[in-house]
Order: sequence, then structure tokens, then C-alpha cells
Amino acid sequence: MSASSISDIKLDQEKLHQLDDFIDGMSNQKGELISILHKAQEIFGYLPKELQQHIAKKLNIPVSKVYGVVSFYSFFNMEPKGEHPISVCMGTACYVRGAEKVLNEFKKQLNLEVGETTPDGKFSLLSLRCVGACGLAPVVMVGEKVYGHVTPEMVKEIIKEYK
Amino acid sequence: MSKIKSFEELKQLRKKVLTHMDIREKGDHIEELVEVRVAMATCGIAAGAREVMNIFVNKIADQGLNNIVVTQTDCMGYCYAEPTVEVRVPGKEPVVFGKVDEEKIQKIIDQYIKKGELLDGVIPMTHKEMED
Amino acid sequence: MSKYKMHVLVCGGTGCISSESEKIVKNIQECLIQHKLEEEVQVVQTGCFGFCEKGPIVKVLPDNTFYVQVKPDDAIEIVEEHIVKGRKVDRLLYKDPGSKKAIEDSKHMDFYKKQMRIALRNCGFVNPNNIEEYIARNGYYALGKVLTEMTPEQVIDEIKKSGLRGRGGGGFPTGLKWEFSRKSKSDKKYVVCNADEGDPGAFMDRSILEGDPHSIVEAMAICGYAIGADEGKVYIRAEYPLAIQRLQKAMNDAEEYGFLGDHILGTDFSFHIEIRYGAGAFVCGEETALIHSMEGERGEPTIKPPFPSESGFWGKPTNVNNVETFANIPIILLKGADWFRKIGTKKSPGTKVFALAGKINNVGLIEVPMGTTLREVIFDIGGGIKDGKKFKAVQTGGPSGGCLTEKDLDTPIDFDTLVEKGSMMGSGGMIVMDEDDCMPSVAKFYLEFTEEESCGKCTPCRIGTKRLSELLKKITSGQGTEAHLQELRRLSVVIKETALCGLGQTAPNPVLSTLNNFEEEYIAHVKDHQCPAGQCTALLQYKIDPETCVGCTVCARVCPVNAITGERKKPHSIDQKICIKCGSCYDRCPTHAIEKR
Repeated sequence: MSASSISDIKLDQEKLHQLDDFIDGMSNQKGELISILHKAQEIFGYLPKELQQHIAKKLNIPVSKVYGVVSFYSFFNMEPKGEHPISVCMGTACYVRGAEKVLNEFKKQLNLEVGETTPDGKFSLLSLRCVGACGLAPVVMVGEKVYGHVTPEMVKEIIKEYK
Repeated sequence: MSKIKSFEELKQLRKKVLTHMDIREKGDHIEELVEVRVAMATCGIAAGAREVMNIFVNKIADQGLNNIVVTQTDCMGYCYAEPTVEVRVPGKEPVVFGKVDEEKIQKIIDQYIKKGELLDGVIPMTHKEMED
Repeated sequence: MSKYKMHVLVCGGTGCISSESEKIVKNIQECLIQHKLEEEVQVVQTGCFGFCEKGPIVKVLPDNTFYVQVKPDDAIEIVEEHIVKGRKVDRLLYKDPGSKKAIEDSKHMDFYKKQMRIALRNCGFVNPNNIEEYIARNGYYALGKVLTEMTPEQVIDEIKKSGLRGRGGGGFPTGLKWEFSRKSKSDKKYVVCNADEGDPGAFMDRSILEGDPHSIVEAMAICGYAIGADEGKVYIRAEYPLAIQRLQKAMNDAEEYGFLGDHILGTDFSFHIEIRYGAGAFVCGEETALIHSMEGERGEPTIKPPFPSESGFWGKPTNVNNVETFANIPIILLKGADWFRKIGTKKSPGTKVFALAGKINNVGLIEVPMGTTLREVIFDIGGGIKDGKKFKAVQTGGPSGGCLTEKDLDTPIDFDTLVEKGSMMGSGGMIVMDEDDCMPSVAKFYLEFTEEESCGKCTPCRIGTKRLSELLKKITSGQGTEAHLQELRRLSVVIKETALCGLGQTAPNPVLSTLNNFEEEYIAHVKDHQCPAGQCTALLQYKIDPETCVGCTVCARVCPVNAITGERKKPHSIDQKICIKCGSCYDRCPTHAIEKR
């Protein structure tokens, strides 16, 4: 991992082809920017600067427009996520049932702030707004797996499962 | 080509699939229905309770008796009289019938449930007395 | 064809699936095969039953037995005891919290007694992936009736007569909205379903889409016919994969059966639906912002008029309704406007779905007639406050709403009464708070949310919410003054009056309503530098009660900054200058000798 922010990232050609095919297959590219970004994030996992430039060129629109949309929506990431993204739900239901304490415990255990990834690329810490499983509040998701009724004491055990 | 080409066809399909949901619809307002409870303990099953249940369910379906629902219950304690069923008509005391077979099932439906007449083979003991 | 004798319904909502309900289905099916009962017992994965607190839920029919908190391993017992031998599995039955008695039939649970399910009529009842089950529940019958027996004007009249109001928050009359769209002249019109449920803590739209997707497909087609549109779009959060999957399946099946596509049911009416993904922006719940987002732009709102019904998606007349609103449409057309008007209150007919969450015993999704009181919702249906604590407030309307207190408990809830009380219906999120919740902190939580979600287009909202949230941060961290309270109020009013869209105009509501209802709590924060609820860490002091302390040294050992000193077997004490208020000692003390205040 030596992806510094100064030197450009080399995008995987095969993945780029896959994305280009998707874009070419659209009948009406006007107005499809968000769908294209969804697809791009699905293929690459995140939307680095170079990928946004590529999409802008392909659609013949300014990069600023692509960046404007990417930065507007919380679903789009410009940084790669860790192998196991840990998302702590900070919806209201989880908040009043103690999600903040759980989030703080994750911060402490992983030595991360929200939005950061561990140096070994294993974990990233995220907060999200309501997965809709409020009956299980507070909720934590690791990848696709949902943990319900999480207490700060359980945090260590959850992390251990993925080490 | 789409499967349904007119409102008429939709009505027909609806009629056909309606029965698929019978059990769920009935469960939704079970207290208003006549409930036939088949005793399903080991001795009941050995004596043919599952068979009795099947006959009940089929007869009800064939005769379109939408006000009757068949459920199961555990041992009622009348091992000598298995298979037994308890019939609960809304607003009446439950009645238990013993040694139920196909012929009796028809009688239970025709005479007891439809007309309210009592018939032979009733186990002379209501739940109330048992609990006392 | 086999005749099933029993149905076993297993909840397949997101909450219960998170608790392995799919494995329960699999285990029950396997166990039935072992007992050669697979022909007699049908296992169905349904949508949400609403009783999320005690999920996963398994319901056995026709005897209506309601099992709660079922684990995959319990499948064997349910099959071998209940299904084979007719013995209900007592330990899995719901126990009434008051009498501690097991309740066999879900109808007798307090949670369901006062509910009335219209929008949720099929949730937890049908298999959402099976179009024929929907048809058996009179599905697509309203569409058939509308297309063959009614003119578009008659449809709109019926909806107008029903008095149905938009369930997404504003409460605008649906029939009127349809009429505006109908009257706009254009070669192309659109029907949009707003499924961008952004209120954190509300999950009714997701549950309807997961549990009864066909009702939305049917309602959109009806709306298309009424306003003269041939294209529909569902704008849905990308964070709802299960809802997307079930909706897509419903759309495909509807097309296969001829309820979508060209010449529906042999008529001249054609209608197509497409899914558009949201990407996580609360402001996109606002209809103009939503439309811009569907066009691939930043989801920024624009000034109304023009309303979407005149100029919406790609400048064409567009009718936007929320999921729950659509869910009401087919049944209104089946049973008639008069039937609908009899339910609820005069100005707000019908029912409303609420997502009950927070410090309440029965977290879940409920539907009650409008006009039900908060007391009935929170104490009868919701089972009261968790852990026997005292009720403090309930927040309705999410980040745009306000909180209601003890004195509002007997107010009948509808669109207008909630606004009168300084809150709003919103999408129907209801977050219950108890004595441990600090109201300034709650206001801060919501303002941090709106600050983050403000799109930045207009200054009052972009900068105003940031200033509000900064003020609240000061107040909750002990740096607040009484002047700050006045500033909070002044700024709130300015934002309300000047912001461009609904998000900004309602953003100060959580501040104003907590200020109005809990002023003394704010004053305690700024004047006495105390947090009465004991939540604001910066205002807390931890103290050891020398009477209760046994000198076990546990606290001294867990303290990360060595602020606690004392001899073994003698009372310890905390040096307030060193203490960082992490609460470790408080959590660990075996004799509860540490006080927090």
C-alpha cells in the first residue's frame, strides 16, 4: 500500500473496461451520472480522483460536476474502505440507546476516527444513519453482518472475530 | 405475451388462488369461526388423528365450509377414545367427540356444526369440569 | 395439488433477517421433510410483523400462535412439538409483561389490540415474492376496476373524497395533488414514488416495500392512469438492498402477469416503472431536490412554484407521493372513500404508520387510526418505558419535528394537532425518551444531523444550522451562558422564516420545542453548569460515597489517569482536577459507591 495522495493511482484496466461497457450500454446518458457512480463504486469499491476524471471525460462533462455529485452524497466514498468496514448506526433510535458509547469504544480499540482506516487496511470505521433495524438498537454492521443490542463491552469481541 | 389480458381474467385467477390464503385468512379471525381441534398426542396419532385431520380439511374444502377451521391440540386425556376432536362453536361450551372416523366426521359437520344437534359419542365432560 | 393444513409464517424483514430468520425458514423446512409433512405445512417468508423488539417472529396458522425471539435451533421444537403433536412451545410464546402469562394468540397481545392495519394490511401476511398471494388479497383488483369502470376524473374524485393526505410529512391532500398533475398539459408526465426514507429512526417505507411491494406497483399504475402518465420512477435509498430486490421482483412479476407494460389488462393504458437509486442525502426527501437527484445532479431543492405537478422531472409534470401514501390507494378504491373517511379524524382520515423506537419496551412498526392518543401508542401498544424508567418526551417528525411531553400525552394525534403542539407528523418516526435523556443533547444530535445534511444552497440553512449546533455544543460542554439561550431562539426564528426549503425551515424545530418544553434544563446547563439527566460528561462530577466504599481498589486500578487514590479497605477519593470523566470507575464499582451528578 503506497497510494500517496500526490502520485496518481493506476486504475485497473479490466475494471475500467467493465465500467465503460456499462456506460456505453445506456440508452440515455443524460441524467445517468448517479447510476454510473453507483456502478463505478460497485466495481472499484471507491471513487478515487482518477476515476472521477475518467468518468467526466467519458461523459464529456466537467470533472467539477462529477466531484460535485460525489461529494454531495454520503453513499459515495473517495477513500478506499478497509477489508472489514465497521459501521456504527447513529440513527436516532440507536443514539438514544447508547450508540455514541459504542462508537467511542470502537475508536478507542482501533485507534481510529470515523472515516479512517487502520494502517494494515483491515478495518475502517464509519458511522451511518439508520439501517432500519431499530428493534435491535444499537446496531453495528461489519461488512454485511449485523450485530444488534451492542454494548461497549461487546466491542472487543466483535473486533476479535475479524482479526 | 402477458398472462392476464383482461379484468375478467384477473377475477378468475383471483377466485382460483383465493383458497391458497384460506388458512391465513381464517387464522386472522379465528374467534368468529367454528374451531375443530384434533388431538395430536402420540396415542392420538397412532389411532389415526392425522388421518382424521386430513379428512376434516378435505371435506371442509370440498364443501366450501368457510366458517370452519381445523387446528390441532395436544393430548386431551381420553386415550381410550382416540382419535378425539374438540369442536368449539362460538358462544357455546366446547364439545369433545371420541372414536372419530370418516362417517362420524360427516355427522359432526352435518348435525352438530350445521344444525346444532348433539350426537352419540360425545365425551360427557366439558373442559370446565375437568379443571375443577 | 396438495392442500396445506397449516401455514408457518416467518418474518423476513431486515431486522429479523439480521437475526438469522432465513436460517429459521430453512431449518423448519428441513425438519418438515424429515417428518414427511412438507405437503401439509407451508412455510412462508413474509414481510415485517412490526413487533421488531422481540424478533425474529414465527407465526403458526390457523391457530394464530405467535412465537417470539426464535432462534434457528428452535425450529426443531416448533415442528416436533407444535406441528406434529399439537403442543405449543410455551417458552417461545410472548409473555404479557404485566401478568407474566404466556399469550398464545397474537390478537390478544396489547401490541396488536389497538392497531388497525391498512397500509400494512399485507405486511407479515403475504409472501412479498409471490404475486398470486397478493392477488388472493384482492391485489390488482383496484387497478382492474379503475381501468375498466372509472374515468381518470372519477379516480381523482374518489381520492379527493377520501381525504387522504400525504403520509411523507407535509400532509398535503393527495387527491388535490393528483388533480394538479392531471390538469397540467404535456406530452409526457411522470409518477414518482418517494422511497428515500431519510429520517433516522423511521423504517415504515422500507417495511412496506419489503413486505408488500405489489401494493406500491399497483398504486403507481393507478396514479399514472389518473394523471395521464405512462412512466413511473421509484426513488429509493441504495442502503435498502432487500427492499430494492423485492420491489424489482414485484415489478418483473407484474409485467409478466400484465399489470405493467403496454395495454394493461387489454386496455389502452400503458405504464412502465423504473427504479432510481438515491445515494444518501436527507434533503432528497424534499420533492424538488429528489427530482434533481433523479436527473443525476446534486440533490438541491429549488423554489416552489413551479411545483413538480407543473414542471418536474426533465421539466415535465410530475406527481410525487411517498410510499405509505401509495400503499393506501388500492384499498381506498376497493372499499370506497366513505369507508376510509370513517376511520381517523375529520381532518386527517385513515391511519398512520409509526416507527416506535428509543426507550420503549416494544420497539416496532405500528399502525393506528389517526386520533389515537400518544398515551395509547406509548403505553398500551408500546408497552411503556424500558426498565421502569420515567417517560420524559417523545420526538416525532424526526429532525424536522419537535418533542412532546407528559402534558401532550392525551392529545389525539393527527397532522394538525401535532403542528399545534410545535411538532409535526413527519414520516412517522417516534423516538421515546426517558429521564436519562438530556434534552439539549438531543437537540444537538438533531442539529448536527441537519448541519451535515444541509445541501448548502441557501445561507440561513448552511450557516444557520452550523451556528445552532455550535451554540448547543457550548451549552452541553459547560461553556454556555444565558445569552446563548436567547441567541438560540433568535437564530431559530430567523432560519425558520428565511430558509429555502422544508429542510431548513424545519431544522430549528428540535431546538425550539426543547427550549419551550424544557427551559429549566437549558438553564441548569448554562447557569448552574449541571446536566440534570447526567448525560453531559463535561458537566458531570464523579464522587465516591465514603459510606458505601469498601476500599476494594478496583476503581483506582481501572482509572486511566490515576485520579483515584486511597488505601486498601479504606474509602477512596477522586481528584477532580485529574479526572477525565470517562466513567470507567462508575461502571466497575462492585458496591455502586460512585455517584455521578
